[in-house]
Amino acid sequence: METIGNYIFPNEVHITWTVMIVLYPYITGMVAGAFIVSSFYHVFNMEKLKTVARFALVSSLAFLLFATVPLLNHLGRPERAFFIMLTPNFSSAMSGFGFIYSFYMIIVVLEIWFSYRTDLINKYNEAHGLAKSIYFLVLLGNVTDNDNIKRINKRLVIVLAGFGIPIACVLHGYVGFLFGSIKANPWWSTPLMFIIFIFSAIVSGLSVLIFLYQFVHWLRKKMVDQDCLDLMAKWLWGFMIIAVTLELMEVLSISYENTERWAILKHLMEGKLKISYIYLQIGLLSIVPFIMLTFTSLYNFKSTRVKNLIIWISSVMLLLQVLFMRWNVVIGGQLVSKSMRGFTEYFPGIWDKEGLIVSFLIILVPFILLYLFDKIFPFFGEKNH
Amino acid sequence: MEKFERRQFIKLSLIGTAGVLVGSFFGFAKTETDIEVNSYEDLLKFDWGYIVDTTRCIGCGSCVRACKVENNVPDTYFRTWVERYEITKDEEVEVDSPNGAIEGFDKDNSQSSDIVKAFFVPKLCNHCYDSPCTQVCPVGAAYKSPDNVILIDQKHCVGCGYCVQACPYGSRYIDEHRGVADKCTLCYHRIHKGLAPACVNSCPRSARIYGNLKDPNSKINKILHQRRYGLLKPDLGTNPKCYYIGLDKEVK
Repeated sequence: METIGNYIFPNEVHITWTVMIVLYPYITGMVAGAFIVSSFYHVFNMEKLKTVARFALVSSLAFLLFATVPLLNHLGRPERAFFIMLTPNFSSAMSGFGFIYSFYMIIVVLEIWFSYRTDLINKYNEAHGLAKSIYFLVLLGNVTDNDNIKRINKRLVIVLAGFGIPIACVLHGYVGFLFGSIKANPWWSTPLMFIIFIFSAIVSGLSVLIFLYQFVHWLRKKMVDQDCLDLMAKWLWGFMIIAVTLELMEVLSISYENTERWAILKHLMEGKLKISYIYLQIGLLSIVPFIMLTFTSLYNFKSTRVKNLIIWISSVMLLLQVLFMRWNVVIGGQLVSKSMRGFTEYFPGIWDKEGLIVSFLIILVPFILLYLFDKIFPFFGEKNH
Repeated sequence: MEKFERRQFIKLSLIGTAGVLVGSFFGFAKTETDIEVNSYEDLLKFDWGYIVDTTRCIGCGSCVRACKVENNVPDTYFRTWVERYEITKDEEVEVDSPNGAIEGFDKDNSQSSDIVKAFFVPKLCNHCYDSPCTQVCPVGAAYKSPDNVILIDQKHCVGCGYCVQACPYGSRYIDEHRGVADKCTLCYHRIHKGLAPACVNSCPRSARIYGNLKDPNSKINKILHQRRYGLLKPDLGTNPKCYYIGLDKEVK
C-alpha cells in the first residue's frame, strides 16, 4: 500500500543525536587513521613514512584529547559522565566506551613519551628554572639516556604501536558497531557498519596528515618529502576505494533485497539526503578525488608541483567526504521515522549549544594544539633551516 | 390513594435509578485485584501487561491528556499518543496524530472522499520482555522492574539518548529540561496502589486494559484467551507485551 503524507511518531520531532554526535566519530576516525599511519612506519618498517610518523602520532593524541568534548557537550547530564565507567551495563555496546578510550589514550601517551624521551632530555638539559622542573616531572625524574636505553625505547615503541593497531581498529570499529547494532534503525542496522567505519577512519587519518603536511611545508616554503607524500597518496587512493565501495555495496544489497527497508530508504536517498549523500558525499567528494588520485598514482607527472596540488585538493575533498559520511549516517538515520511512513527535519542552529559555531570550534582546537606542540618539538625539523 | 401510589412509584424509581448509577460507578471504578505490595517477593507475583483494543478507540485523546497531567509530560513530548489511519479504496494509507492527539482529532486529515476504512490506534511503551532500550543503556539506568515494567532511574541516567535510538516504537525521549530519558512507566506509582494507569482510567470506551499476566484469572488473561491480537514489529524480537486487538497490517 502506498503511504501518502508524511507521518512520524510524535516524539520524533526531536532529533536526539545532534551534530555533536557527527563530530565524535569524525574526530575519533582521524585519531585511529593517523595512529595507524604512524604504526605503518614503526611496525612494518615503512621507512618512507618516517617523515610523518611522529607527526601522525602526535596528531592522533591531539584529536584524541578532544574527542570526548562533543560527547560531553551533548550529554543531558555531563556531570554523570563517569557513571559509564563506574556502573557499566555490559549488555550495552556503549558501556565499553570509557575503557576502550582510556586504554587507547594510555597506549598513545606511552608511545609518544617513549618516542620523545631523548628530545625531552635534551630540552631538560638546555632549560632553566621552572621549565627545567616541568621537563623533569614529565620525564618522571629519570634523565639518563644512553644507546642501550634508546634501543629499548625503540623496541617499546614498536610493541606499543603493534598493540595500538588493533586497539585503534577497536576504538573506531566499535563506534561503527554502536550504530550498526541498532536494529530499530533501518539506515544504521548493518554488520558492515563497523568495517565501513574503520576504512573511512583510515581515509580521514591519511587525508588530515597529507593536508597538514603539505600545508605546513607550503607555509614554511620547504620542500616536501616526495616519496613519503607519494606513498601516502597511494594509500589514500587504495583505502578510499575500499571505503566507498563498501558503502555502495551496502546500499546495493539493501536495494537488491528490496524489503520494506528499501521502500523507505529509497525515499531518504532521493529526498532528504539527495544533496548531502548523492551529490556531495558520493558524487563530488568521492568520484572526483578518486579520479584525481588515480591520476597521481598511475601517471608520471613532469611537475611535482601540479601533482602535489592535486593530492592536496584530494585530501581536502576526502576530509570533507568523511565528514559528510558521518553526517549522512548519524543524522540521516535519525531522519527516517520508525513508523516507516515519513521523515523528520534537522538543521543545527548557528549559535546553539550544539550548533555550527561550537562544532567549528571543537574541530579547530586540536589543530591549535598541534600548532603549539610544533612550537616545542618541531615535527618536520627546525623552521629556519 | 392512587395519586399517592403514583408519587411513591416515581420516588422509588428515581432512588432506584440513582442507586444503580452510584453502585455501578463504584462497581466499574473498583480495581481488578486487591493489591498489597510490601516486599520484593510480592512484586514477583506480578507481570504487568497491557491491551489496546483498536476496535473500541474513538480517538478522543482523553488518555493523552490524562497522561500529561498525571506524569507532568512536557509539551511536544509524549508517553502515549493516538494515531489515526485512513485507508482509501485505492489502498492509499494516510496516518496522522496531531500533537499526539492530545486534543483528539477535530479536523479531517484525508482530502480523499474514498475512505473505506478508518480507525484509531493508541500507542505507548510496549514494556518488552526483551527490551532493546535496557540492553543498550550504558550505565544501567534503564531497567526492568521485578514485575516486568521498563523503568528509568532518572537520578542515574546520563542522558546519552542511546535508548531513544534503540526503541523501535518511538516511545522514549530525552526530556530537555531535565536532561534525562523519559517514557511511559505504566503509571507505576498508581498500579501498586491498586489504581489503574491514568490512560486506562480515563478511557471512556475501555479501549485500554491493563492487568497481571501472572494471574490466570485476571481480566487481561481472559481477554487474551478469547480475542485475536497482534504485536507491533514482532520481527525485531523485542517480545512486546502491549497486545493490540484488531491490529491492522498497516500499523507499525
